[in-house]
Amino acid sequence: MSTTDVSSSGSADVARRTSPRGKTFDPIFEGLCFAAATALLATLGGVLISLFIGGWPALKTFGFGFLTGVTWDPVKDVYGAAGPIVGTLITAAVALLISLPIAGGVAFFLVELCPQSLRRTIGTAVELLAGIPSIVYGMWGLFVFAPFFARTVEAPLITSAAPGSFAEKLFSGIPNGSGILVASIILAIMILPFMAATLRELLMTVPPQVRESAYGLGATTGEVVMKVTLPYVSRGAVGAVMLGLGRALGETMAVTFIIGNSHDFPHGLFDAGSTIASTIANEFNEASGLQASALIALGLVLFLITFIVLTLARLMLRQPARA
Amino acid sequence: MLKTIVGAICGAAMAGASVAASLSGAGATFPAPVYAKWAESYRAQTGNTLNYQAIGSGGGIKQINANTVDFGASDKPLKADDLAQSGLMQFPMVIGGVVPVMNLPGVRPGQLKVSGPVLSDIYRGVIKRWNAPAIAAINPGVALPNMPITVVHRSDGSGTTFLFTSYLALKAPHWASGPGASDSVNWPVGIGGKGNDGVAAFVKQTPGSIGYVEYAYAKQNRMTYAALQNKAGRWVEPTAAAFSAAAAGAKWQSAPGFYLLLLDQAAPDAWPITGATFILVHTKQASSATGHDVLAFFDWSYKNGNAAAEALDYVPMPEPVKALVRRAWLKIVGPDGKPVYR
Repeated sequence: MSTTDVSSSGSADVARRTSPRGKTFDPIFEGLCFAAATALLATLGGVLISLFIGGWPALKTFGFGFLTGVTWDPVKDVYGAAGPIVGTLITAAVALLISLPIAGGVAFFLVELCPQSLRRTIGTAVELLAGIPSIVYGMWGLFVFAPFFARTVEAPLITSAAPGSFAEKLFSGIPNGSGILVASIILAIMILPFMAATLRELLMTVPPQVRESAYGLGATTGEVVMKVTLPYVSRGAVGAVMLGLGRALGETMAVTFIIGNSHDFPHGLFDAGSTIASTIANEFNEASGLQASALIALGLVLFLITFIVLTLARLMLRQPARA
Repeated sequence: MLKTIVGAICGAAMAGASVAASLSGAGATFPAPVYAKWAESYRAQTGNTLNYQAIGSGGGIKQINANTVDFGASDKPLKADDLAQSGLMQFPMVIGGVVPVMNLPGVRPGQLKVSGPVLSDIYRGVIKRWNAPAIAAINPGVALPNMPITVVHRSDGSGTTFLFTSYLALKAPHWASGPGASDSVNWPVGIGGKGNDGVAAFVKQTPGSIGYVEYAYAKQNRMTYAALQNKAGRWVEPTAAAFSAAAAGAKWQSAPGFYLLLLDQAAPDAWPITGATFILVHTKQASSATGHDVLAFFDWSYKNGNAAAEALDYVPMPEPVKALVRRAWLKIVGPDGKPVYR
């Protein structure tokens, strides 16, 4: 945006405000904007309240134990959500760990290094990946990726781990391609295009003068990326990461297919686990009474986790700005 | 909202006597393909349409209780008390069964035998290896590998799991007092696959695994199934005839509200994990015309639906059971207190 743009729109604004038509239109416009914003807030509040009301019977029955208990038993009506909660956090974190470097690499390559002719092709491919429905990722993960991964990665790792070592604990599980790690990898593939596309858009907002001057000072590509463009877009980049993390936390179908759906506390990367979203997807259909309430309470927990993650992201953003 | 729409549709159907009926039902996913097939043929013959939503058995029971549909469907029969309390009646439509399937190199379908208690111990994680003495004792001559057993179960709440766990609870006290019988239970060991396909995929991908799927699914995918010992002491394989035998031999006459699980039936050829899927209707219909149309559809299906059911690997109800159900329909009355269908 150049300064001339601002002044011209400003003068048009003044002209409109002086006309009698503007007088009647402005309050309506303001009212509509206000209504849109409050409708959003009201929806958010409504969801939160109805989740709380729906989940209250379970929360009242189990209290804090709902968050720490590891038993999920629909027959005896005992519900502890520690397994799904930990599963959600681990899969989302591992997915982010895998996809962030790749997304960054894709974005930097597209903006800094890519020949013009290739840029369109890769850019379109990234957007196409983002458009694939999650159930397709789930099917592909279950029928294609899981068996491949079991054969080529899990089985060798499990057999090669020394008995009693940390590796043996980390890689414990059944080598059949279902479990925490495979779910995380599928999640990583799913959130990759969002993060890559957003990061690319962000990097393109860096003014060419800034970048060119850094190159002019003799900086290498790596230095330009790390010291100039990345700090320039850091605020937005955290937003892009949060977008990915938010999707990873809430992703349902693809995870349900491959995580192994065990409510136990996961002990290793190849262990079967569950996430909050997968548990709800699995059981809500046939649930009634306290089980349904426990599932709604799970939804509330996921809501709060997402809220906390977003808040943390805001706080993290604020600190470097002050330093 | 849905209620008003359905109400409007029913109202429209009643308004003009010559207007074709439009019925709605919701519930179990297991029989959905055959209900859809029947509805299609029924419409071609009579012009009456039927809309069935496969939302799960629990959903079907909720919907019929809320009066949003003309009939509900459930894989899990309701007890006579519950039926009386909600003013409902249920009757069996088709038979299905649950089949233990496995991935055991060198073992042919039907070659491996498992009994109820052994199956329970495998699913409790007590029997951990295929060459365990308990399995070897009932499988003389079968080369059992020294392989860890990977247990696979359904992750979603389902009638299949209900039948399977009910069978385990019936045959093994440890299971009854432990995980118990329900749509979804707290599995002591194993991994959960979503739906029959999920279980089948995990079993196929994991050598040494055991799972359980619906009969139609096991048959269509040519999975390696196990032979089970039935109440008569015979080792039986899962075939349409074995399911039919279980349903025919069952004492439907003395089952109030047709509450019958068909598990471990005494008939010599019966497959032990068999179950029927049920239709739920109100005993007091708000409209005689709608009640008549619903029962007319199921009567038509009993008469003309066997071939379609068999083509989809469902087992039709034996004729004597159908006759019993038809007699029970006389208890379904309209607002005037007269039977809606004769």
